[in-house]
Amino acid sequence: MSQNIEQVTAEVDEFGYAPGDLNMLEVATNGTGNQDQLDALESESVYIFREVVGEFDNPALLFSGGKDSIVMLYLAMKAFAPSPVPFPLLHVDTGHNFPEAIAYRDQIVADNNLRLVVAEVQDWIDRGVLTERPDGSRNPLQTVPLLDSITDGKFDAVFGGGRRDEEKARAKERVFSLRNAFGEWEPRRQRPELWNLYNGRHQPGEHVRVFPLSNWTELDVWRYIARENIPLPDIYYTHERQVFKRDGMWLSPGAWGDLREGEELETRRVRFRTIGDMSCTGAVESEAADVNDVVAEIAASRITERGATRADDRFSEAAMEDRKREGYF
Amino acid sequence: MNPTVTELETPAIPLTGTAELLRFATAGSVDDGKSTLVGRLLYDSKSILSDQLAAVEQASHARGMEGADLALLTDGLRAEREQGITIDVAYRYFSTPKRSFILADTPGHVEYTRNMVTGASTADLTLILVDARHGIVEQTRRHAAIAALLNVPHVVLAVNKMDLVDFSQERFDELTTEFNQIARTLGVDEVTAIPVSALLGDNVVTHSESTPWYDGPHLLEHLEQVSLEQEEHSFDFRLPVQYINRPRTAEHHDYRGYSGRVASGSVAVDDEVIVQPSGHTTKVTAIDLLGKDVQTAHPGQSITLQLADDIDIVRGDVITSSSAPAPLTNELTGTICVVGSNPVAPGQRVLVRIGPRTVRGIIGSIVDRLDLETLEHIPHTEPLVLNEVGTITVRLAEQVPVDSYKNSRSTGAFILVDSNDGATVAGGMAL
Repeated sequence: MSQNIEQVTAEVDEFGYAPGDLNMLEVATNGTGNQDQLDALESESVYIFREVVGEFDNPALLFSGGKDSIVMLYLAMKAFAPSPVPFPLLHVDTGHNFPEAIAYRDQIVADNNLRLVVAEVQDWIDRGVLTERPDGSRNPLQTVPLLDSITDGKFDAVFGGGRRDEEKARAKERVFSLRNAFGEWEPRRQRPELWNLYNGRHQPGEHVRVFPLSNWTELDVWRYIARENIPLPDIYYTHERQVFKRDGMWLSPGAWGDLREGEELETRRVRFRTIGDMSCTGAVESEAADVNDVVAEIAASRITERGATRADDRFSEAAMEDRKREGYF
Repeated sequence: MNPTVTELETPAIPLTGTAELLRFATAGSVDDGKSTLVGRLLYDSKSILSDQLAAVEQASHARGMEGADLALLTDGLRAEREQGITIDVAYRYFSTPKRSFILADTPGHVEYTRNMVTGASTADLTLILVDARHGIVEQTRRHAAIAALLNVPHVVLAVNKMDLVDFSQERFDELTTEFNQIARTLGVDEVTAIPVSALLGDNVVTHSESTPWYDGPHLLEHLEQVSLEQEEHSFDFRLPVQYINRPRTAEHHDYRGYSGRVASGSVAVDDEVIVQPSGHTTKVTAIDLLGKDVQTAHPGQSITLQLADDIDIVRGDVITSSSAPAPLTNELTGTICVVGSNPVAPGQRVLVRIGPRTVRGIIGSIVDRLDLETLEHIPHTEPLVLNEVGTITVRLAEQVPVDSYKNSRSTGAFILVDSNDGATVAGGMAL
């Protein structure tokens, strides 16, 4: 199965990034150190990263090019500086990701001396392990490549960017979330987390998902991006894009699929609140041109991030709970 | 009244981040309206967004209710919704212009003492609910005892359902007096009692006109102004070492940093420190606060220290002030709460986790059991089982620095881990 995991060596891309543009600890500005609320969250996340590297043999960080994984990676860089980040990034690429996010991923890897492991969903489809769905969405297909990659890479701890404010099932998630040999999350088997004494013991074959951003809200993430001046893929800010409406969301046509009968392509000024698989990540109409505009927009928003942009959570009241149990991010 | 989507206003959330973070835990018994109170707090502080409220309205209608049942906002898992119970600690987030809040919402069933202990372990404040009609019940004593045991700095008694006792001052005073007596017995010296109606919103985020006799703060006001100055700030300096940073690159060839989060006290460049348990003394030459060179560091901050001498330091060692190092011991005495399904029995082999250090241990003896209803220490030698609290001794394989939990909630806390299956067996507080 190792042929499915591609070791990517970084090179300069065609998306306007010059080498060094994403050298994070050079580009970003440092925090105030005043122990305000963001400092408290930052210190806690760094504490979690250091615990994992102290307790586990072979961690990996799930990286998608989305803002949460970018903030997570940035915190990891801070936690271990001046040493490089002591674990690789793992990206499950559906093949239907936004090209802007992939360009960003490759540049940040090149500029920060990182290791990247990519699992291409296409490879699993080609081998007949997975079958393309009629709706074109590869979002639910990510779970198998993710679990296979964790097994192949012998990763015993996997950092994810999940936040407890995102969704009801996530509100009960631990910082250290034990997964069985099938990658499954069993709500009743989760360990109580007392003080900050995280228990990472696990049996061979099991692994632990770790969520350093557990206590961050969407607004906290954006405020931190603003404060630290963290560069993001441009599609987080307003741009003109050809989109069409499906199930109340603005989707972009692409390799994943195209318009159906009755759907119309329009040009709108939009941005993305989340970046995931193109088939289920909707754009929001927005004029927010920079991070401060985005913070203002989110603070005034009356709809949650997932409610606004994620088709995958709309299927049922317990959609996330079900996907989590199966081993989803 | 119950809210609808159209009534929502734009929230007054600041754009720049709030000054402070308060972590608090709620506890209540079945049916005392805790979920409604939490829903009310989230709703009235405008932390509920319209799609969440729409989902709750839809679910409420599906169950034949009118309007939105705010309690549904805080039910998470399908298992809970189907059975109408809360089975675990759920974390909620909301903020006001003054503070951000992390709420550990714990169920009140007797069998879930472990969840209350979990929620209280990281809390700056415990919010205990009582039903004004039923008054102080066993559960209330249990919650107060846990808050005291976990040394939670602030306790709030919310006397709920005041509307059902005609907002009677007499009833409120009666309950408050009774609760204060319990609190004093437990050694809790600060209790704030607030008369509320979670259903109607009285004294939750606005002052109620129905309680003219009450001139204290409403609940949110109190949460916004309660002091965050912790005992950790005045206690001696402790830095449990999590990670040794050695880049071994050309640029940082001789760099050797000791990373951790300051557990208590402060440290400054040039301070003399002791590395425990080895006892070596050295000096702080530099403090890195996540990319910033600073002169001093304070509790809660994740830092990396550089020291004047090359000393053999491993993960789990504690760097302390040289004038007041932690006591060293290989026999730990502590109060534990059993949180796993396996009992804790004399002779049992466990792993003891104290800060970043894991040390092998053998349970010595069971000394007593704390009756959480009568608050009595009862002599007890039988194994302690899930949700029981008691005093035990543990023999440790090596000498380790441990503070009294009374002095430091960070360096005085430990967990017991099953050495076979790795499960968390108990949480403990060193005496």
